[in-house]
This record gives sequence, structure tokens and C-alpha cells, in this order.
Amino acid sequence: MRARATPYLFLLPYLLLFGVFGLLPIVLGGWLSLHQWDFQLPNKPFVGLDNYQELFTPDSLVYGDWWESVRATAVFTVASVPLLVALPLGMALLLNRSFPGRTFFRAVYFAPYVLGVAVIGLLWRFLLDANLGLVNHLFGIGTPWLTGTPWAWVSLVGVTVWWTCGFNAVIYLAGLQDIPRELYEAATVDGATAWERFRHVTLPGLRPVLLFVITTTILASANMFGQSYLITQGAPGNETRTVVSYMVELGLARNDAGRAAAMSVTLALLLALVSAANFRIFRYREE
Amino acid sequence: MRRIPLYAALLALTAVFVVPLVWMVLTSLKTYPVAQQSPPVWLPDPVSDYGYGRLFRAGSQTPVHRWFVNSMLAATLHAALVVATAAPAAYALARMRFRGRQAVFVLVVGALFVPPATLIIPNFLIVDTLGWLDTLTAVVVPGAASAFGVFFLRQFFLSLPRELEEAAILDGAGPWQVFARVVLPLSKPALATLVVLSFLTNWNDFLWPIFILFSADRLTMPAGLGLLQGAYITDYPVVMAGAVLASVPALLLFVLAQRYVIEGVSRSGIKG
Repeated sequence: MRARATPYLFLLPYLLLFGVFGLLPIVLGGWLSLHQWDFQLPNKPFVGLDNYQELFTPDSLVYGDWWESVRATAVFTVASVPLLVALPLGMALLLNRSFPGRTFFRAVYFAPYVLGVAVIGLLWRFLLDANLGLVNHLFGIGTPWLTGTPWAWVSLVGVTVWWTCGFNAVIYLAGLQDIPRELYEAATVDGATAWERFRHVTLPGLRPVLLFVITTTILASANMFGQSYLITQGAPGNETRTVVSYMVELGLARNDAGRAAAMSVTLALLLALVSAANFRIFRYREE
Repeated sequence: MRRIPLYAALLALTAVFVVPLVWMVLTSLKTYPVAQQSPPVWLPDPVSDYGYGRLFRAGSQTPVHRWFVNSMLAATLHAALVVATAAPAAYALARMRFRGRQAVFVLVVGALFVPPATLIIPNFLIVDTLGWLDTLTAVVVPGAASAFGVFFLRQFFLSLPRELEEAAILDGAGPWQVFARVVLPLSKPALATLVVLSFLTNWNDFLWPIFILFSADRLTMPAGLGLLQGAYITDYPVVMAGAVLASVPALLLFVLAQRYVIEGVSRSGIKG
């Protein structure tokens, strides 16, 4: 009897945490989204799918702000993901040879990632300041990096690439080192050019790593919050306010937890679909 | 000679990553008027304790020393909690046969794809119900439900040779003894990796603490930095001094435990 209980005892402490802060919020999020839920009001009436319907009803209270935030998130994701998939691959290829100082450079490129978004946000808000900032000074220009579009987008994407490309590069690098050398040697013997070796040896060898990088990068970009909260503060207007930003502001600062939960569920479902699609595309190609 | 283009590219990239960080440190040592000069000047002349001095002065509305201690405490406890709960769970999933194992594993892996930001609203309500709002407990505990640690350690345990555990069982050791005396000592690098990554995640977390902490003396470092930006706006030596204080422990830990950080990140990609 004791022996049979052992695996469950090993699991118990984690499952307790996972149950309360991992599974319960998923269920509770669904529950909240079906109610008009104000933390400060005693009555929290059931409203069915109204909160969801409002997201798609042009004259509803939240419609305009919601779609503006969806647009912001979409613009950011579409602009940042290709860069965060391609540039780190280039960096990894650069680092994937033996030369003195390799580990040092890898560490330097990774370093910004160990700093939090709060540090990065404060630092870049200063660097991109139109008058006192280093960026405009170095390039001798007067670009309004924080207050005008498209510059605000360039800033948010650029800062995010600067901050996280070392992370993806390290993942690629590990993937590159797993590709057997013999494959490159055989390709060279067959007269393959550098481009052909990249196309027919490197890329296929990186497939699982690419799947991981693309999926995690899309998830991270679609959940962007801190950069726009601290660097552009949503400006100009609310043009760069992301879904996560709008959602938490509505739910926690303006006490409208029901509508915010409906947005959370919508975002989570959408991203689950995107992840599933990624897996399908990559698996299909493998066959 | 033929390496010159390679090193030129490497050094150019290095400048891109390092110059902003150097600028942060230099600015934190400037006086207010020097930092306000346009065009900006590189060197803090004179080198000044203006920024740090204002941060640490008595009776400040932005008690940065409290934030620092809060963050240290929270990140340390969080890392300990993650390892203490994830390690036995991961071991059970890697080595033991029991009813429901598959179901638990599927749930844990599935949870990796639920973005934490989408759980903030319900988690706020849960933490509120527990009476944890505006406490460090709320910074330490909920994040430890993350499935990453279990997933990561399970992969590592699966890669260990079974023979040592089997030998211990033949010697009459029970599962707890095998786990504590054989498996854990063999897993020091993986455990160290998880400790370091969990510490950094918690040290840097921003979205959660800014909404669940309210009192100025209970904030963590990142939440405090948000407040600092609002309070000092363009008083950049003060703001940058705060950013430096938040960066130093993270960068120091990275330098000391670089192997573990890079290892952990590398492995998450290959196995993912």
C-alpha cells in the first residue's frame, strides 16, 4: 500500500502548486469570462457569452480599444518574429566555428537577455529620448522614436530584437552543434556550394530547433507587455498598447475582470491554434 | 589574417550589445546638469554619487534598498521552491510506473503552451482569496507552478543511466533513498541550472508584481523601477542608478554561472 502511494507522494507538492496556480486559473478564467465581474461590486451576474460577443460587436464599449490592441499586437508580432528567427540564426552561424574567444562572444550576445524588461525599458526609453538620447546623437538625427509611428514600432521591435536575439542564437547554436560533421563533408565531396550546404544540410538538421524557436518567439511576441508599457507607454494615443496591456489594465486597474477574462481566453485559444498549426506544418514536412 | 572579417563582425556586434549597458553605468555616475546636456557627453565629469545618493537618501518615497532585499528574498525562495517541488515530481514522471502518469505528463506539457499573461486575471483573484495581495508570498509561490522545471528535470533524469539506481535498489534502498542519495547527487548540474534560471525569471518578473504589490516598501526591484521612472522621469542619473542596481545581481549571477545558464537554454531548445 505504501509502495503504491509513493509516486503520488513524489508528485504531490508540485501538483498542489500546479493545481492551484496552473489549472484552477484556466477554469476560473473561463468562469469569469461568462460573468460581469467587478471586484468591487457584490453582484456578479452571469451574462453567458456576452463578453465574447462584445469583442465582435462594433458599437460595444470595448470594441474599439480591443481591436486597436489586437492590431498593435499583430503589427508587433509580424514585424518582430521574422527578425528574431533570422538574425539569431546568422549570429549562431557566425559563432559555430572554432576560434579563440568564441565562448566570450556568445556570453556577450546573450547578456542583455538576463536583464529584465524593467531595466531594458528604462534604459531604452532614455537611449531613444528624442533630445537627450544617445541614439539620435550618435546618428546626428532628430527622430521621434517614442512618440510617432512608424518610429515607435521600429523602437519596440528593435529593442526586443536587441534584448532577446542572444537567447535564440544560443538555442540555434546548440542545434547546429548536433548536426553531424560527416553530412557537411559528404556534401562538400559532392561539390555542394556553401549555400547548398546551408539549404540541404543545415536547415533540415535544424528543423526541430526551428519549430521550437518559431513557436516560442510567436508566443513571446504575442504576449508583449513590458516594452510598450515602459518605452512608448502605448503612445502615440493607444496605438502601441498591446492586447496583454489592455487586458490587464481593464481587468485589474479598471476592475472589469469578466471582459478582461474573455479577452484572455480569446488570446490563449488563438495562440494555441497558432502553436498547433506550427507543429502540423513541421510534422507534415518531415514525412 | 583571414579571420579579420570574422573578428570585425564579432566586435561590431559586441559594441551593439555592450554600448547601451556602458551608457547606463556612465549615466548613473553623472550629476543632473551633466546628464541634461544636449548633445550628450560620454564621461561623467565629475564622477558623482548624485544618482545613487538620491536613491538611498533617508525617507525616500522610493525605498530602493527595500526593493532590493525583497527581490533577493523572493527570487531565492522562489528558486528553492521550484527545485524542491519539481525534482521529485520529475523523478516520478521519469522513472516510476503508476496509474495516471500519462495524464499528468500531458497536462504538464500542455501547460507549457498556455501563456502566463493570459492567467493573470484569474490568478489575481486566487491570490486575493488567499489573502496574499501586497505580500511577498504572492511573488514567490504562484510562478512555481510553471511546468518548465518538471519538464526540464524529467528530460535530464531520463538521460541518467539506470544501473546506479538499480544497484541501490538491490542494496535495499527505498525510492526516497534512491532519489536523495543516488539521483540528486548525479543531477547537480541540472539542479544548478534550474536554480539559476528560476532565480533570474523571478528577479526580472515585471507584469505580475506591478499589479499585486501596492505598498512602496513591499515592491520588488522591477516593480520599483516602474515607480522610479514615474517619479523621476528625465532625472536620468537616478533612474539609471536604479537600473544598474537591478542589473548587477543578474549579470553577476550570469557571469558566475554562465555555463549553467547557457546549458539550460540550449537544452530547452533541442528537447523542445
